[in-house]
Amino acid sequence: MNSVVCIAHVPDTETRIKIAGGRKVEEAGVKFIMSPYDEYALEEAIRLKEKSGGGDVTVVTFGPERAQQVLREAIARGATKAVHVKGEAGDADALGIAKVLAAAIRSQPHEIVFFGKQGVGTDNGLVGPMVAELLGYPQVNVVTHLEIGEGKLTAHREIEGAEEIIEAQLPAVVTAQKGLNEPRFASLKGIMAAKKVTVDAKSIADLGLDEADIFSKRVVMVSLELPPEKSGGRKIDGADASAAAQEILKYIRDEAKAL
Amino acid sequence: MPGVLVFIESKEGKLKKVSREVLSIGRKLTEATGGELTAFSTDASSAAEAGRLGAARVFVAATDAYLTEPLTAALVEAIGQAQPDVLLFGGTSNGRDLAPRVAARLDAGVASDVDRLEWADGKLKARRPVYSGKAFATVEVTGKPAIATTRPNAFPAESPGDGTAEVVNIAVDAGSSRTKLIETRVPETSEMPLVEADIIVSGGRGLKEAQNFSYIRDLANAIGGAVGASRATVDAGWIDHQNQVGQTGRVVSPNVYIAAGVSGAIQHLAGMSSSKHIIAINKDPEAPIFRIADLGVVGDLFQILPALTEEVKKAKH
Ligand SMILES: Cc1cc2nc3c(=O)[nH]c(=O)nc-3n(C[C@H](O)[C@H](O)[C@H](O)COP(=O)(O)OP(=O)(O)OC[C@H]3O[C@@H](n4cnc5c(N)ncnc54)[C@H](O)[C@@H]3O)c2cc1C
Ligand SMILES: Nc1ncnc2c1ncn2[C@@H]1O[C@H](COP(=O)(O)O)[C@@H](O)[C@H]1O
Repeated sequence: MNSVVCIAHVPDTETRIKIAGGRKVEEAGVKFIMSPYDEYALEEAIRLKEKSGGGDVTVVTFGPERAQQVLREAIARGATKAVHVKGEAGDADALGIAKVLAAAIRSQPHEIVFFGKQGVGTDNGLVGPMVAELLGYPQVNVVTHLEIGEGKLTAHREIEGAEEIIEAQLPAVVTAQKGLNEPRFASLKGIMAAKKVTVDAKSIADLGLDEADIFSKRVVMVSLELPPEKSGGRKIDGADASAAAQEILKYIRDEAKAL
Repeated sequence: MPGVLVFIESKEGKLKKVSREVLSIGRKLTEATGGELTAFSTDASSAAEAGRLGAARVFVAATDAYLTEPLTAALVEAIGQAQPDVLLFGGTSNGRDLAPRVAARLDAGVASDVDRLEWADGKLKARRPVYSGKAFATVEVTGKPAIATTRPNAFPAESPGDGTAEVVNIAVDAGSSRTKLIETRVPETSEMPLVEADIIVSGGRGLKEAQNFSYIRDLANAIGGAVGASRATVDAGWIDHQNQVGQTGRVVSPNVYIAAGVSGAIQHLAGMSSSKHIIAINKDPEAPIFRIADLGVVGDLFQILPALTEEVKKAKH
């Protein structure tokens, strides 16, 4: 079983965001990690390979030089091949990123292409289904359970207050949700292996794509701002529970106008 | 004909709340774009309600199951007929499944999970939370149509008027689908879904053990709200992941969010900081949740929650 996993290199979820020049996050001093949902995607691909007794797990990232780390981390956990498309992914919109990834995926062996259900930071949830469309594959999004059959997969898709069981023909795109599995840590053997694997580095032009289209102005960042400071919050002592309860009720009724 | 096209969904013959919201903001945008508000639905019975909310036409692609590929084709057909400037989807599971697919087919940009929308100078301007709500990006979506998915509860739903919509049928080729819906499983304890709830009562590790979620449920039932949870309680197996609020759970923006025994870790705040009224109950006066609470109560949740449940029951009589 061969799969491709698309992995984004993103600021750690604990990071305090600072804004540089009103449009971008200041990268200096920020720790970058594998986007959390991509961990579930990667783990599932590795498990499928192990269960089927072979094949490749190819990890692909589009990003600047630093993004190579995320590929090494993925190999240390069990991926077998890595493709790094170099470029400032942060300056492309989701469709630009999807075009780069789709082009890189085409030349890699795969029956399934995995994504995270959304990238931490961009918080878009767009790239996976866009790649599915560009490759002409069916898609199942926000998946919490996956089984592979003859030429098809069966996936549990999380929806509002329920779960859908969906069958899709292979090749297909799957986006991973928390709950799909418990991601493993890198093994010592894996960390050694990661040092030896050569990452297949490519430019956008190498993929036969036009930079002007990838970085085109379909979605233009006008400004990036920190949320306004919360003001006017008040704190009360809840030692007298019934007095506190009355105060809360009053707030819900008079200020939130609920009930 | 310029204007706005919105993807709408119904449940048991009634429009979902987020669909009413997206019709309302869509209608408002047509004041700037000119042209008409049109809607796209898989259910003919929702057309009348959409008409009352301002839709002049409703494209109906009748199908029982939501299927990505046939509906992408049907929606693209409707877009071809309506030629809208703006295409909106409510941020539901299906809206978020379909929007990027359609965008890629049309080579169009998408702003997802937006909480403000404006049409100016022939462009769609949208605001969206990024970095889990730690920052807000304002973006312009160019191209035609400009696409956005909206954050549930971020836009007010207008009250219906007396308009009527013309129905235009669009054929759906379900046979072309390479996905098949086998089954929909609804959990037996069918609680109110988090994302559309107006009031959410959330519990954290301060509840101490699984059975104490009854303190949260009792208040939620009394107040008519949904039950939320921190990841710590989900990981401990006290409650289902469906209830988790935060970065790796649901992102919610209810009118009222009550957090009890939740410390307010940044990943939890990511899921609820855009709630309109935040009430925190925590025994630790230094708990980070108080920094974003509109009303913070320093005290014991085991005392305060039952007292509040009683007060709410009294008030409702
Ligand atoms: C990648 C990543 C993703 C994550 N995603 C999420 C997410 O989606 N959602 C999420 O919630 N977390 C998430 N987390 C976890 C998060 O960092 C916190 O660990 C978690 O939110 C803590 O849950 P808690 O507030 O219930 O528990 P704690 O932090 O242990 O807080 C318990 C609180 O209860 C209070 N308390 C105790 N007893 C009482 C009492 N009797 N009365 C009143 N108050 C009391 C305490 O003072 C304390 O503040 C994520 C973490 C990571 C690394
Ligand atoms: N620059 C990137 N390189 C590789 N994969 C990416 C990149 N950006 C997004 N992805 C993938 O697409 C998913 C959804 O991202 P997004 O649409 O930005 O929320 C992520 O979880 C990744 O799997």
